[in-house]
Amino acid sequence: MLDAAFRGSKRYWTILAVWVALIVIGGIAFARQMTEGLTITGMSQDVTWGIYIAQFTFFVGVAASAVMVVLPYYLHDFKAFGRMVILGECLAISAVLMCILFIMVDMGQPQRFTNVLLHPTLNSMMFWDSLALMGYLFLNLIIGATTLDAERKGAPPARWVKPLIILSIPVAVSIHTITAFLYSGLEARPFWMTAILAPRFLASAFASGPSLLILLALILRKMNKFDVGREAIRKLALIVAYAMVINIFFTGVEFFTALYSDMPHHTMAFEYMFRGIEGHNSLAPWMWTGMSIALISAILLIIPKIRANERFLPFLCVGVITSIWIEKGMGIVVTGFVPSPLGKIVDYSPTGAEVMVTVGVYGIGLLVLTLLYKIVVEVRARQNVTYEKVM
Amino acid sequence: MERSRRKFFRDAGAATLGLGCGLPMLGTGCSSAGEGAQSDSGSTGQLAMVIDLEKCHNDEIRTACAEACRKAHNIPEIPDPDDEIEWIWDEHYEHVFEDLVHERTPHELKEAPVLVLCNHCDKPPCVRVCPTQATWKRDSDGVVMMDMHRCIGCRYCMAACPYGSRSFNWRDPRDYIEMDADGEFLTDFPTRSRGVVEKCNFCVDRIREGLIPACVEAAAGVPGGEGAMVFGDLRDPHSEVNRLLEEKNTIVRRHSLGTGPNVYYIV
Repeated sequence: MLDAAFRGSKRYWTILAVWVALIVIGGIAFARQMTEGLTITGMSQDVTWGIYIAQFTFFVGVAASAVMVVLPYYLHDFKAFGRMVILGECLAISAVLMCILFIMVDMGQPQRFTNVLLHPTLNSMMFWDSLALMGYLFLNLIIGATTLDAERKGAPPARWVKPLIILSIPVAVSIHTITAFLYSGLEARPFWMTAILAPRFLASAFASGPSLLILLALILRKMNKFDVGREAIRKLALIVAYAMVINIFFTGVEFFTALYSDMPHHTMAFEYMFRGIEGHNSLAPWMWTGMSIALISAILLIIPKIRANERFLPFLCVGVITSIWIEKGMGIVVTGFVPSPLGKIVDYSPTGAEVMVTVGVYGIGLLVLTLLYKIVVEVRARQNVTYEKVM
Repeated sequence: MERSRRKFFRDAGAATLGLGCGLPMLGTGCSSAGEGAQSDSGSTGQLAMVIDLEKCHNDEIRTACAEACRKAHNIPEIPDPDDEIEWIWDEHYEHVFEDLVHERTPHELKEAPVLVLCNHCDKPPCVRVCPTQATWKRDSDGVVMMDMHRCIGCRYCMAACPYGSRSFNWRDPRDYIEMDADGEFLTDFPTRSRGVVEKCNFCVDRIREGLIPACVEAAAGVPGGEGAMVFGDLRDPHSEVNRLLEEKNTIVRRHSLGTGPNVYYIV
């Protein structure tokens, strides 16, 4: 089964070469970070988390969103997702891997990573998050491999996989909930300390993840004649529409509580994000762009005719992903540190080296995803051939 | 009660994990994790500090404090404020006690310098969030400790600390530590490596030798600095800190958060 990843057209090898080039770029910057320290990043004593942790947060959402295809397919026997499920599981594998890598590159002493398991600390959300992420990674690896292998043999998957599939549903929800708890349990950061953070994370995950899945499915169809089917795309687009509207609603609720109560602690973060404080307004253009794209995409997604049109849909998906990437991937994490506990307003923007490391991690994620999708496509193609022969 | 319950869950969980995995290495890892907190138990106490705000308006006192601390703990002097390591330093009154000032508070008071350091809280948020128990609250004297060899540098504790008391080594600190004529560090207090978090340790290294914290000693050495900073054990009814807390009007930073700071300020 795995041999499929080692055979392919020129185009396949070119794509892999591009991802490897990204990894090399990241590797160079990471080597510098390992010798000079995290000082080469834009982070500081006041803004102690930046683009790495922000990307981690975004991709936990992408990983968790596989549940949006797994649940309808396995619990409700929604057949249209038959070919989509494995794509979702592979995306989850690659996304969790990226999450783990983003945590690793953010650590001052990454070689001590095992300390988290050697000294299990039940009161630390980060311990639970590591457990949930690794558990989710293994679940998806096992489920993906066994179901695909069964399909290759033309047999139903082994019975013992079903409980694991069911288990993967709450675990998917838990990875993003615990990731939200990392932030929302801190009395030091009023902007994060809100009960809506976990629901909001889930809503934005279920909008951005399936959007990405739609894009990937459309790309696969164009490149490989691997068609997940119109019905699957349409249903997934509907899920994106609902999730995006709920996401915007949750964000609105957040705005109301902060702005109507008008408590400085709560309004300050929003002021910083959208207007800037004392001239510190580097986030403002991003936030306005993100919010506008979010609103436009959501409105267009609600209209059935536009949503069903496969010429418009990719743009709407890109819109959803971009707006949530800005919101989660920068806005939420960085703003939590403003103002600092000592009233300081310190701007953060990633340095070139930091962006390079980030690109490198993206490269690893894309490489793994490409290899996995190649295997899936080959297995499916071979299966179709034997199917035709039998006919 | 709170702490013992948390500890119970921690130990129970550690035991389950150790058993479940059947890894002897994991087992020892878990038990040594528990030891950190237990080995010093015997007496239980809580060290605390009382700082006299007015006496500390004297620049000389505050400079002497910070300087003594820096020398005692080989703290680097990094010029870039983004990377600066701070254990005890000055902040404006309005930022330290933000709930105690308003628009019409006199300017001089708002900008009055206040010495800040780790509060060694009763319920330290940094300890609560640390994924490796690299920071923990010592049972014997309530000091919030740091294990520089266990810290993975995730900086979760820095996000959790409501007082900004923690510093991360963004770069190698050893290039910025003061040395004597022979090229040796001023004291044998272990220098830190890149990529770990550090903070005030209430001078546990000095307390072990029967001394008082370097900052308290330095403050008392400056004319007019007697009583500017007082250090002692809250569980000792006759301690100087207890006497001051009973007699004077004292405040702590961000009391409403419920962290229970153990650095008090006489207003």
